[in-house]
Amino acid sequence: MATQKEVLLDPVFNNNPIALQVLGICSALAVTVSMTTTLVMAAAVTAVTALSNLSIALIRNRIPTNIRIIVQMTIIASLVIVVDEVLQAYAFDISKKLSVFVGLIITNCIVMGRAEAFAMQNGPWLSFLDGVGNGLGYSTILVLVALIREPLGAGTLMGFEILPKVTDGGWYQTNGLLLLAPSAFFIIGGLIWAIRAWKPAQVERAEYKIAPNVQYRGAL
Amino acid sequence: MSSSDRDGIKNILIVALSVCLVCSIIVSGAAVALKPAQAANKALDRKENILRAAGMLPDGAIVDAQGRSVDELFSHFEVHAVELSTGEFTDAVDPATYEPLKAAKDPKSSRPLSDEEDIATLKRLERYSVVYLIHGESGIDRIVLPVRGYGLWGTLYGYLALDGDGETIRGLAFYENKETPGLGGEVTNPNWRALWPGVDAFDDDGMPAVQLVKTRSPEGSVAASHEVDALSGATLTTRGVQNLIRFWTGEHGFGPFLKSLKEAA
Repeated sequence: MATQKEVLLDPVFNNNPIALQVLGICSALAVTVSMTTTLVMAAAVTAVTALSNLSIALIRNRIPTNIRIIVQMTIIASLVIVVDEVLQAYAFDISKKLSVFVGLIITNCIVMGRAEAFAMQNGPWLSFLDGVGNGLGYSTILVLVALIREPLGAGTLMGFEILPKVTDGGWYQTNGLLLLAPSAFFIIGGLIWAIRAWKPAQVERAEYKIAPNVQYRGAL
Repeated sequence: MSSSDRDGIKNILIVALSVCLVCSIIVSGAAVALKPAQAANKALDRKENILRAAGMLPDGAIVDAQGRSVDELFSHFEVHAVELSTGEFTDAVDPATYEPLKAAKDPKSSRPLSDEEDIATLKRLERYSVVYLIHGESGIDRIVLPVRGYGLWGTLYGYLALDGDGETIRGLAFYENKETPGLGGEVTNPNWRALWPGVDAFDDDGMPAVQLVKTRSPEGSVAASHEVDALSGATLTTRGVQNLIRFWTGEHGFGPFLKSLKEAA
């Protein structure tokens, strides 16, 4: 039986949804151009994961096996719409920048995965903590990516200038690649490498081994 | 609850119905409760877009160089409803609450456009639209018109600002588009938008003449005064922008209105 602390903190580094399970990459690429949108997105995903886990765990003993995925989707979709409405009401500019990506939380594999893998088997409180923990794991990676992308790509952090740009008479030549989605792939790849170098237990066993090339010896 | 009860048809129906019911109450409750705040945000956003098109509000800022707020700047504007076919001001609708986009969807307040008329692919055109005017010391100083038209993936919505002469473009700002980011999406790029001020919207015969081109005509020629650089890699978006500017400055758009302003001046 997992303890509360394990359930909450394990997903941050030991069982990170992005770095170990490689889920939720799509939004991680899309929203990490600026720190502000990243923080809002991270908060939105954390809220949805925690609340969907909580509500699914509450009714887990009643959910019929045949329609459990549909029930989970309905609950997740409703929560995402509520989050979207709240953002439109209180963070209009950011919700415009996030545009479809808030709606796409519905299809974020982390939310669905935790509902199916954890909330269907555990009590409401533990499930809630698990949701918060996975949200934190997602947030950690997103914040790290944004921390690299925004300053190096645009010379700013949270919209404030920290590296004076050449175009504004400073010395920093901005790197346009970091404003494009592929750069997040490289950064996430680098983070996965760093985490696995730190915790070798996460390294997956190779599915095959490349055999030494011996053909040319035969030719000789 | 035993597993046979749980997977029985009765329980499936009960769970499905009650989940739907609870979820729909939560969703509609949130939508209704948050509507006033969202509407206020949208209204503020619209004012910001109009000010940006008119060049009165820098991009990304919420106050101008003198520190005046959006509401204060917007109070300089006079808002009028205009009947598009005649170009006359009208009292038939209240310009403060009238929404041209909604009216365009309603058969009672709009008309279908024929294929020859509909160069901007609007399908339906509203009877009345709204214009925003600023009066200066010598007559009208600035005119802002709502424009829209189809690009590549969807309709572009924006505002076109003209000088008081009703001919020289002052600025163009799109507040909503679905174009490809980095290609057609560059319609919001400040560098491209900076090419618009000073462009002459009409030729000598008073016909819409704005042209988006790959190669500019020689500097100082008549043709060059109607030209704006096309967006590279975005042929269809560029064509859409040219068509929508021509439509809205043309006879079915605000052409009659601009003409009547000129005659009055």
